[in-house]
Amino acid sequence: MLNRLTDTLNFHGQALGLRSERQRLLASNIANADTPGYVARDMNFAQALREATGAGTNGAAALATSQPGHLAGSAGARGEANLVYANASQNNLDRNTVDMDRERAAFADNSVKYEATLRFINGNVRTMLEAIKGQS
Amino acid sequence: MSMFNIFNVSGSAASAQSQRLNVVASNLANADTVAGPDGAAYKARQVTFQTELMGSTGAAGVRVSNVSEDETPGRRVHDPKHPGADAAGYVTYSNVNPVEEMVNMISASRSYQNNVEVMSTAKSLLLKTLQMGA
Repeated sequence: MLNRLTDTLNFHGQALGLRSERQRLLASNIANADTPGYVARDMNFAQALREATGAGTNGAAALATSQPGHLAGSAGARGEANLVYANASQNNLDRNTVDMDRERAAFADNSVKYEATLRFINGNVRTMLEAIKGQS
Repeated sequence: MSMFNIFNVSGSAASAQSQRLNVVASNLANADTVAGPDGAAYKARQVTFQTELMGSTGAAGVRVSNVSEDETPGRRVHDPKHPGADAAGYVTYSNVNPVEEMVNMISASRSYQNNVEVMSTAKSLLLKTLQMGA
């Protein structure tokens, strides 16, 4: 019964963890905008979230279990397996593939969505507290 | 919490960019210096950036790996009356190209601003996270 209350919170918690991971990734890209040879990275967010919440069956983050007694590996907010490398939109002499416009846009987009997730969590908590209090 | 790492990443980038800005300032200040008694004029300096991994989490910061000197010969001007002129009457100035340095300066300051903005966004998000559930 109680886990019905907290299931939605769990989902948003995983989403929040992945969002903060992506935020850090984009910050790394922006920090390395002038580093020669740096290759920008980004996260396949939808797939990472699917794997984190256990909806995906055979993702890259899942552990293979070939023997009885192998640990299946729990789902969790881990984005490492879903990192992809960005292609350079324009070729650079120093082989750096950070596109500042794209990174800034993605950073703004990600921070708005992070905040949206936070609001979902806050709304959920408020609804639950309201329900617990009942009509008094 | 991986968001706290953003301050390390962006902070390292801001410090690397400010070191680059320092080098640009030193180059511009020495744009018109002539060869000293040893016959060698000031040489323009350039920083080289390198990615630095922050912990095991895959966050990538920046550091200045080395500061190199530009080895192109300095500008030589024929001016026999100059106190720094050599036997043939030529004065050797530093090899700083002021236009290049200005471009470098603008690029460094823009990158610095970008990183500061990243930090302030991360800060406001973290402050909101601290109030989660309230």
